[in-house]
Amino acid sequence: MSAHLLSDTAHLTGRSLRHIVRSPDTIITTAVMPLAIMLMFVFVFGGAIGESRVEGPYVNYLLPGILLITVASAISYTALRLFNDLQSGIFERFLSMPIARPAVLWAHVLTSLIANLVSVAVVILVSLLLGFRSGANVWEWFGVAGILALFTLALTWLAVIPGLLAKSPDGAGAFAYPLIFLPFLSSAFVPTATMPGPLRAFAEHQPVTSIVDAIRALFAGQPAGSEIWVAMAWCVGILLTALLAALLVYRRRTR
Amino acid sequence: MTSASEVSIRVRGIAKSYGDVSVLRDVEFDVMRGTIFALLGSNGAGKTTLVRILASLLRPDAGQASVQGFDVGTDAARVRESISLTGQFAAVDEMLTGRENLTLIARLRHEKSPGDVAAGLLQRFSLESAADRRVSTYSGGMRRRLDLAMSLIGDPPVVFLDEPTTGLDPQARLEVWQAVRELASNGATVLLTTQYLEEAEQLADRIAILHDGRIIASGGLDELKQLLPPARAEYVDRQPSLEEIFLAVTATTPGTHDSAGPRS
Repeated sequence: MSAHLLSDTAHLTGRSLRHIVRSPDTIITTAVMPLAIMLMFVFVFGGAIGESRVEGPYVNYLLPGILLITVASAISYTALRLFNDLQSGIFERFLSMPIARPAVLWAHVLTSLIANLVSVAVVILVSLLLGFRSGANVWEWFGVAGILALFTLALTWLAVIPGLLAKSPDGAGAFAYPLIFLPFLSSAFVPTATMPGPLRAFAEHQPVTSIVDAIRALFAGQPAGSEIWVAMAWCVGILLTALLAALLVYRRRTR
Repeated sequence: MTSASEVSIRVRGIAKSYGDVSVLRDVEFDVMRGTIFALLGSNGAGKTTLVRILASLLRPDAGQASVQGFDVGTDAARVRESISLTGQFAAVDEMLTGRENLTLIARLRHEKSPGDVAAGLLQRFSLESAADRRVSTYSGGMRRRLDLAMSLIGDPPVVFLDEPTTGLDPQARLEVWQAVRELASNGATVLLTTQYLEEAEQLADRIAILHDGRIIASGGLDELKQLLPPARAEYVDRQPSLEEIFLAVTATTPGTHDSAGPRS
């Protein structure tokens, strides 16, 4: 059974990647929303927040948060694709075939990882046009990629849960909204020091802030120190919890 | 009478309930190799639940079932190698083309040349002209044919068809019937569920009537007929059924349409 896990996963991943390529609307919405937020903050609010509050160009400060929003908005489509597979009966067809069972879920997870890689790359390219510059060396870029990949994996496994449980397509996608909103209550757009007490306390202790700070430090080529480990701990913690919960739901749904 | 080697599907005392609702109660039957077995029942009789149990997708609360000698509970992987399941709704991938759907399943079944398998089935199910169109553009009958074609990849010895013709127009239903007959003539064991009496009558070697989660009658068509009071001779004008009229009218080509009209 496990002998075919890799090839089965590859075939099924190819299938759902084809879905993405053939529904350009999902590509556009996942990339356009974060790009629109980025443009708005750079050109509309950037002047007011910018130089007075943060060091260097505001787009440098902004980009890590925008990247997290990109991932958070894209994973709702993972939930949606999984939901559609369950609805259409093709999920059941796969499960009734002699294929490696984990492949059915892993294909969706890998698809999410690849799709996010592309949209994150697009957002970074646009940010370069807006004046984003990084002093990061190759290893620091690898660090950024690693944190983003972990973050994507964590949120994707989180998305698997509503994908398996939802009763309607709207329900499958809706869980992502709070995730998209979370960066606004963090250090992603303004330093937490500018926030009132309770909000500041929340912002400083939620995962987005530590992840954003870690990526920001890596981009700036500065020693990220403990932030990176806090960020990793959050990602791994969410990943493991979501993975376990998703597999539990999967077991209950499939047998 | 039933030697073990000839039995393809063996069902013994299967029970399943959801909460307080008992869906299947003590269901028992055998299906012999190479035969077509129809499970006849109205909506909610438990047909789909039973098929899902036999396809190893659902655990029964009690009882045992085996397919080709493999227990559906303890030997699920071997069961899956022996079966194909065609669900109530065509389980096809709308975003892919017909050919891609077939190729994907052929790859997942580890066929040596997936492309050739796909091409052969497209021809066999008259889908060649639509092969490279997305399935979302297919008609209901074409989807069903593709669905069936996908089920046949890897030549599984046992085929489960859950309400294969529900929602199809009469022409498409005849096409599906033809495909089912071919399957059985090639040696496959077919278990189909249906709510259409005529379908069971047309296709099945043996029929079991599932009602309220129980098999209340089973046997060949002749045996089932004996359950009724003896036939009385009655004089009835044989009127063509609307279905026969529909098929006759739609089968004529446009050119001959006029001459096929009322012959007065």
